[in-house]
Amino acid sequence: MDPGIRVQELNAWFGGTQALHDIGLEIPSRQVTAIIGPSGCGKSTFVRCLNRMHETLPNATVKGKVTISGLDIYGKGVSPVTVRRRIGMVFQKPNPFPTMSIYDNVAAGLKLNGFSNRRQLDEVVQRSLEGAALWDEVKDIMKKKSGASLSGGQQQRLCIARALAIEPEIMLMDEPASALDPISTSKIEDLIFQLKQQFTIVIVTHNMQQAARVADLTGFFLMGKLIELDKTEKMFTNPSDKRTEDYITGRFG
Amino acid sequence: MRAQIKLPVKQDSAPAGAESPSSNGTGAAADKPLSLVPAAFKIKFQTKNNAFADGTFRTLVILCALSVMVIVGLIAFELVRQSHLSMAKFGFKFLSTSIWDPVAENFGALPAIYGTLVSSLLALVLAVPLSLGTALFITEICPRRLRGILSLLVELLAAIPSVIYGLWGIFFLAPLLRTEGQPFLARYFGWTGLFEGPKYGIGMLAAGIILAIMILPIITSISREVMLAVPRQQREAALALGATRWEVLRIAVLRNARAGIFGAIILGLGRAIGETMAVTMVIGNRPEIARSLFAPGYTLASMIANEFSEATSDMHLSALVEVGLVLFAITLIVNAIAQFMIWSITRGMPARNIA
Repeated sequence: MDPGIRVQELNAWFGGTQALHDIGLEIPSRQVTAIIGPSGCGKSTFVRCLNRMHETLPNATVKGKVTISGLDIYGKGVSPVTVRRRIGMVFQKPNPFPTMSIYDNVAAGLKLNGFSNRRQLDEVVQRSLEGAALWDEVKDIMKKKSGASLSGGQQQRLCIARALAIEPEIMLMDEPASALDPISTSKIEDLIFQLKQQFTIVIVTHNMQQAARVADLTGFFLMGKLIELDKTEKMFTNPSDKRTEDYITGRFG
Repeated sequence: MRAQIKLPVKQDSAPAGAESPSSNGTGAAADKPLSLVPAAFKIKFQTKNNAFADGTFRTLVILCALSVMVIVGLIAFELVRQSHLSMAKFGFKFLSTSIWDPVAENFGALPAIYGTLVSSLLALVLAVPLSLGTALFITEICPRRLRGILSLLVELLAAIPSVIYGLWGIFFLAPLLRTEGQPFLARYFGWTGLFEGPKYGIGMLAAGIILAIMILPIITSISREVMLAVPRQQREAALALGATRWEVLRIAVLRNARAGIFGAIILGLGRAIGETMAVTMVIGNRPEIARSLFAPGYTLASMIANEFSEATSDMHLSALVEVGLVLFAITLIVNAIAQFMIWSITRGMPARNIA
């Protein structure tokens, strides 16, 4: 099977501190891969390397190879902007644009690409909001109300809709539910389940139950290293590495 | 450990033992070894002293707030009272006629109103792009180490007294305009009608340029603060959508900061309208309305500064005070419009985004 993302010898630094050490893994397409691990183990840094967001932080550097549909995104002449346009990202804290209407938030990515056909834009916005299970709640107010007027859970689904609108191949989610209440969380999880029909999803989570619920594969990071990556079921019942077992059973972290 | 909470008994203000000789005095002593906080610092339920302190503080701040209104009211009242003579004689014609003749005691302030508005708008047109560019450079592009130095230099501009700007205008800017700037503008933009006529150097253009330099620091530093206040998450949201550097600035930074930037521009405009000394020194002080920016003009503020010491007749004085009243009103109107526009931009946005 063609891997969605192939990562080889990926290293990342914040100034002089190395955050990722020689990460190598393959993330299958149209499946959910969860990344778990204790705080500060580099899981967020890892997903941020997958769409070249890491390097936008001051003093942050990356070395290595990340291949997405045959293209090394860190290769010579590859523009980070085009990489990010093909990969959707959802952040820990919902970050809709507060000065834009709900509609404009969803359309923002397409407008950046110069897409301006009104009728088609309407269609894409509707489909994205439906895809993010938000359409019914906002269809009457989406052109009047600001993206920031929604509740936290709705804002996060709006951010998912905004990412869906550019029809990415891959969705990266950096703890998408950690700022949300249980009901909103389960909505997001249902959504992830549906989205994997079309997208390759990588989700960072510090909630192991969440990983067990939504992920096909789970990877365990510790101190900037990938300890193991395996089928979620196996990871949570019979992990190969002692450290994974210790973490999952709550002996540390 | 026993709780140390005292009931709201009046005992602390009264001499010890006078009212309730045995309630808490001995109990506290017995607890001492368990508590490290001296009894005097423990929280007590006591309302009387707090109520007095709160009341005093309340009255004090109300007085402070009222004093602002009283001062504004007194200024307005005095301006109206002193300009009574001129108001009675000229009425609304004071605002619409352009003859300013102290000898014949015939006064119309239109040229000064025109000059104030034109010089201030000219200053905005020149200063806004420059200030926003500087602010964007400081917040987004320049290396961190340079940031502080550059900000300091910009703020240093604000510390220069306005009379120095005036001197610089007379001895440096005006000659430069006369020999280089104005011939250039006349040759290439003379067809607009804004740049023609005799090239004195001093005039409306010089005043606008000086004003632009003077309002640059305030617009720059406030917009810089507002841009820095835009959360990192907003920039990341735009970046993750595949925005280029400029697009991030446009959809994440400038959009979120627009209310604050607008406020900064209005503060700059307010300063430009009221600026007196430097303008008086370079504008040429002639009460005439001319289309060309090369021509000398007058502003409300420079008219008062220039003529007040020479005004001998009551009518002349009264007319000058009315000029002050007009200036006062224009400032109020500009600020009211600004408040309204800020309100209409930020309406529907959560409070944290109002910079």
